[in-house]
Amino acid sequence: MAVVETRDIKKYFGEVRAVDGVDLSTHDGEFLVLLGPSGCGKTTLLRIIAGLEQPTAGEVLLGGEVVNGLPPRARKIAMVFQSYALYPHMSVFDNIAFPLKAHGVSKEARKTKVGWATSILGIEKLLERKPRELSGGEKQRVALARALVREPSVFLLDEPLSNLDAQLRASARDELQQLQRRTGITTIYVTHDQVEAMGMGDRIAVMYQGKIRQLGTPQEVYDEPADTFVATFLGSPPMNLIEREDRLVGFRPERFLPTEAIELHADLVSFSFAVTRVEYLGADRLVYGAVGDVSGDTKAVSRLPSTVTVPIQPGDSYDFAVQTADLKFFDKVTGLRTGPRPF
Amino acid sequence: MRTVSFKRPAKRAGLYGVAAFFSFFAAAPILWMIITAFKGDWDLYRSRGSPFLFNKYPTVGNEPSPVVDSPTLENLRLLFFETNFTTFLWNSLAVGVLVVVITLIISIPAAYSLARLTGRWGERSGITIFLVYLIPPTLLFIPLFRIVVYLGLNDTLWSMVVVYPTLTIPFCTWLLSGFFKSIPKDLEEAAMVDGYSRLMAFLKVVMPLSLPGVIAVVVFTFSLTLHEFIYALTFVSSSAHRTVSVGVPTELIRGDVFFWQSLVAAAAIVAIPVAIVYSFLLDRLVAGFTMGAVKG
Ligand SMILES: Nc1ncnc2c1ncn2[C@@H]1O[C@H](COP(=O)(O)OP(=O)(O)O)[C@@H](O)[C@H]1O
Ligand SMILES: [Mg+2]
Repeated sequence: MAVVETRDIKKYFGEVRAVDGVDLSTHDGEFLVLLGPSGCGKTTLLRIIAGLEQPTAGEVLLGGEVVNGLPPRARKIAMVFQSYALYPHMSVFDNIAFPLKAHGVSKEARKTKVGWATSILGIEKLLERKPRELSGGEKQRVALARALVREPSVFLLDEPLSNLDAQLRASARDELQQLQRRTGITTIYVTHDQVEAMGMGDRIAVMYQGKIRQLGTPQEVYDEPADTFVATFLGSPPMNLIEREDRLVGFRPERFLPTEAIELHADLVSFSFAVTRVEYLGADRLVYGAVGDVSGDTKAVSRLPSTVTVPIQPGDSYDFAVQTADLKFFDKVTGLRTGPRPF
Repeated sequence: MRTVSFKRPAKRAGLYGVAAFFSFFAAAPILWMIITAFKGDWDLYRSRGSPFLFNKYPTVGNEPSPVVDSPTLENLRLLFFETNFTTFLWNSLAVGVLVVVITLIISIPAAYSLARLTGRWGERSGITIFLVYLIPPTLLFIPLFRIVVYLGLNDTLWSMVVVYPTLTIPFCTWLLSGFFKSIPKDLEEAAMVDGYSRLMAFLKVVMPLSLPGVIAVVVFTFSLTLHEFIYALTFVSSSAHRTVSVGVPTELIRGDVFFWQSLVAAAAIVAIPVAIVYSFLLDRLVAGFTMGAVKG
């Protein structure tokens, strides 16, 4: 029985189809990431699961029961908002104890539980403070503690790290994932950041224009993208796509290497790569240029690890190649993945 | 070190000097009122001599003064025992409290709905409601009088209890909706996810954060009922149902005779307790505002 399940959820705001038919089912205790560009409907979907928004059509199931009519308070979920939504007039202690109070937990039990949640997040020293006296990272932990304290059946997190600076974000990512592993609470985590998604998710649901384009492990969505959107949204730089007859052929920049750098026994497809620009990034080199094909030149990128030392100059053409096994084929019209074909 | 220890007291003295000056500036009229309330006619109308001091009638020897001499309680006796002043006080208090309660009961939900009504209509209705407040009572008192008569409320306190909210609700709704708008929706939604109904989330989160606005509404509404004149004069004709703002002048201005001392006594008796209560609220008001200001 899935902890959270949605069946053909739709939400229209007038003409805008914010969520357009989403079927999603979480595994018990998993960390599921909803990944997609800004405006694709992630927050709306999360709010529908939380009960803050009524779907135009479709069903939300929690623990196997349809909860469409239930208000948020009856759903046994905890949500961390993008803004953290800490109550500014209450101390940290009162903020964390707030959901317990709402559920009529006794004063003694509240104290014990707040102590437990704050010790997990390492914020015992902040209990007396007001939210305005906290740094961004501390606010985020208080918000997490408030969500954790009720021991909910589901955690809903809406871009909880987007208000933190880059350095803090990396460590917060780590902590958040450990927290989830330790508590084993099923988590739906919304982000537009593919690095967060790839690093944290047990599975990733890639969303675009209100639809889930692909649901799979980080490896599946990266290596076996279901369509051209997923292929180009994940990866930095994104997958190269070139046109061949009635289809699009894709290959990852890190698999697009100078011919001499590839082990010879492999089955290769070669390209002439006219290099226009080289970026040196320390661990990698990004090589920008164009490959020739039937409809003229198509832009492509290659990502060379520092172990590949072949000298490359802008303005020159080089022999590059991709292993046949690394080519992905997509339908030119629908953008959907098709089976492998002879190149 | 030395310069510091010298400068500090000097600076403090300067600060207190300025504060004292402005306190006196603000308090002088009230002081003048209080002293005047105890003056006899001769002392009051004498053009020489300080208005802040009592001046004795210059009698010779042990002869009794031919006039009421300062200071005297005669004016207060007149106010309390020869007019309906105590009735006016109770009437004003009753009307004020009722109107404040009615205003809060109606404006808070109205303002909240307006604040959360997204799109252009919320904004427009807010402005329209505020415009209603700008229609002057001098235009409205005749039609409203007909309504009051129709309701059978003329010459009762209820006429004011019913009509004053038409002045206070539009303004207070507009004022409160500004406060509610400044409170992020996320906070309420967080409270709803945390286990409260929408109503409880409103009471637990939105109301405490809007307290300065509610206090502003209470102060505005109560002050308005206290000083409103036209409606109070038009709707009520018998002395027993008058409030302070109309009762005092109608009873203490007889023809062209002004009973100045009793008039100022009445004004001071009403104004001073109200000012003291407001000053306590002011602390909360300022604390509330600064709490909002450093939100981050
Ligand atoms: N309350 C609303 N009224 C109208 N349109 C909305 C509302 N909420 C979201 N939308 C629209 O729905 C789309 C999806 O929004 P959202 O779920 O917030 O996206 P995301 O969180 O993925 O950035 C956007 O185009 C947004 O403008
Ligand atoms: Mg969002």
